[in-house]
Amino acid sequence: MIRWISALVGLAFVFVVSLGLFSSIVGVITDPAPPTAEHFVHEEHPLLDAGLPSSGLLGKFDLRQVQRGFQVYKEVCAACHSLRHVAFRDLKEIGYDEGQVKAIAAAWVVEQPSVNPETGEPATRKNTPADHFPLVYANDVAARAANNNAVPPDLSLMTKARHDGPDYIYSLVGHGYVPQPKELLAKFPDAATPKGLHYNQYFANLNIAMPPPLTSAGQVEYLDGTKPTVDQMAKDVAAFLTWTAEPNLDARHGAGLAVLGFLLIFCFLAWGAYQNVWRDLKH
Amino acid sequence: MSFPWAKHYEPKYALTKWVDERLPLPRFVYSAVGGGYPVPRNLNYFWNFGVLAGAALACQIVTGIVLAMHFAANGAIAFDSVEHIMRDVNAGWFLRYAHANGASMFFIVVYTHIARGLYYGSYKAPREMVWLLGVVIFLLMMATAFMGYVLPWGQMSFWGAQVITGFFSAIPIVGETIRVWLLGGFAPDDAALNRFFSLHYLLPFVIAAVIVLHIWALHIPGSSNPTGVEVKGEQDTVPFHPYYTAKDGLGVAVFFLVFAALIFFAPNYLGHPDNYIPANPLSTPAHIVPEWYFLPFYAILKSFTVDFILPAKLWGVLAMFGSILLMFFLPWLDSSPVRSAKYRPTYRIFFWILILDVFALGYVGGAEPIARNVIIGQIAAAYYFAHFLIIVPMVSRMERPRPLPNSITEAVLAKHGAHPVPAE
Repeated sequence: MIRWISALVGLAFVFVVSLGLFSSIVGVITDPAPPTAEHFVHEEHPLLDAGLPSSGLLGKFDLRQVQRGFQVYKEVCAACHSLRHVAFRDLKEIGYDEGQVKAIAAAWVVEQPSVNPETGEPATRKNTPADHFPLVYANDVAARAANNNAVPPDLSLMTKARHDGPDYIYSLVGHGYVPQPKELLAKFPDAATPKGLHYNQYFANLNIAMPPPLTSAGQVEYLDGTKPTVDQMAKDVAAFLTWTAEPNLDARHGAGLAVLGFLLIFCFLAWGAYQNVWRDLKH
Repeated sequence: MSFPWAKHYEPKYALTKWVDERLPLPRFVYSAVGGGYPVPRNLNYFWNFGVLAGAALACQIVTGIVLAMHFAANGAIAFDSVEHIMRDVNAGWFLRYAHANGASMFFIVVYTHIARGLYYGSYKAPREMVWLLGVVIFLLMMATAFMGYVLPWGQMSFWGAQVITGFFSAIPIVGETIRVWLLGGFAPDDAALNRFFSLHYLLPFVIAAVIVLHIWALHIPGSSNPTGVEVKGEQDTVPFHPYYTAKDGLGVAVFFLVFAALIFFAPNYLGHPDNYIPANPLSTPAHIVPEWYFLPFYAILKSFTVDFILPAKLWGVLAMFGSILLMFFLPWLDSSPVRSAKYRPTYRIFFWILILDVFALGYVGGAEPIARNVIIGQIAAAYYFAHFLIIVPMVSRMERPRPLPNSITEAVLAKHGAHPVPAE
């Protein structure tokens, strides 16, 4: 009895899914999905490899590079993009000392929201090392009003919030802004970049609201003498944002090696115990 | 409840004797997982995965309890509280990565455990109850994992909750009311987040309780084995301790090695980047996908694309739940008296097709819904139902199994090409 019922239920599901299969196959023949401009461009231009020392299984941050990236963030990105999960005190981890962190916090252009101790009116105060990086805009409405109806996303986690994040940032800001190719427009006339947006071959839908942030070499003056080409600045800011998203990366890799070493020895001992217990018994 | 030759607990010291007379807990443990539980001598490494699943659950409970001390179940700050754990809590990044990847390890181990049961016919009489309780555990695990994934309140958390609770709105007439009642609102919000947190904390302990029943039910007939032949005498078994505690020890060591490699070197590999974007009800992600361990079922859901008497969405939901619920009937659908696929040449072929089929479903569940993938998914979904509901019952009646060994010991000695000698 149960076998007859199950066969009936099975046939019902198989039949209904086969109807779907039939219509999918008919759909492929009669109405194949047209290729999209995004698909076409992303196939042609896969992400570039930023080659950061922090990438790879055993990667470690190059702190000088991370500091350079911080400088790019501070002088270019910070005008619009916040970094709300990171605190000024965290900068000590990338090699700044107590005094430098204090100075960086105090000199930060955007101040912390606060209250006037006399009147209770909303006010602002200077940043301290204990503060998180302040928000650039009071709210999304203010952000949209200032940025042609687009909200600049917070960058704290950006390299973890995109596939191959560090390479994505590097490609997008370093090499993404190119003139829209004529062949693309010939092939996809609808793909013309709308007014107010910017063509970027690494952006998901090819048209990004952000104007090119890194426009010319020397936009930032590096203190360590590194030549600030657009490529270099893009790489450095990708390194910095890798750190903001995953500040414990060095500790994690270091601890990981020790843990794996410990567990390998443990596996070996466990194997030995197993062999020893079973030595006289065929199994 | 056990074989007549099972050893009995004999307290050696005055203190243990005193305890045993008042609360025979050590005696209970001894008979359950100690020297007092005789186990077939020929279990292979696939029999490690039950213990490994227990280890995974223990890790989830321990890391989860500590994470709950720092997590805030409130839509406004849940995402930030997770980042607080990652950045400011001592070893918080380790706890969170261990918990997130621990869920993946739990599912890897449990899927292997289930596949072992399917291959070696562990669901057959007299172990049907063990199997049924196992399916209950699996359902509880899925509910727990889903609700846990909602807690960080990222984009995939939010939209995953939206999609999964949306299944209930496929129920005719009362569906939408049920969905709103489950969520405590028209869309996932604080009410949903809070109840998911509460249940996510509760269900693991329910799982632990059902595991106790699962092991209890197992201990009535005793463990099965790769030949599927029942234990005939003392020479067929060894005491659980030290034989299988030693073998499980090796299994646990390797389990932690793989687990640690994930936590420390690829902690986000199995996750989705979109969940590092805070939940935003106004912006739908380009592709909403569940965690990898739900992808085969998600593919089945998406494969039903045509209305036939019922709407396509309802077919998809019925099929998705049905694909798991049919497991409850498996012991009665497969009537072959031979348990192990080792001696079932036809069943074995279909078993491996099923494994490939589930991998294909998993691929389709996560891939972009282009025509090719949809077609693969639909073929695979059709096979999945045909396998359990049509092929297995038919094969079990028509197949000619290979001859079984007379006993476990005979099979073991034949493997070693030795003359029969008594064990030990």
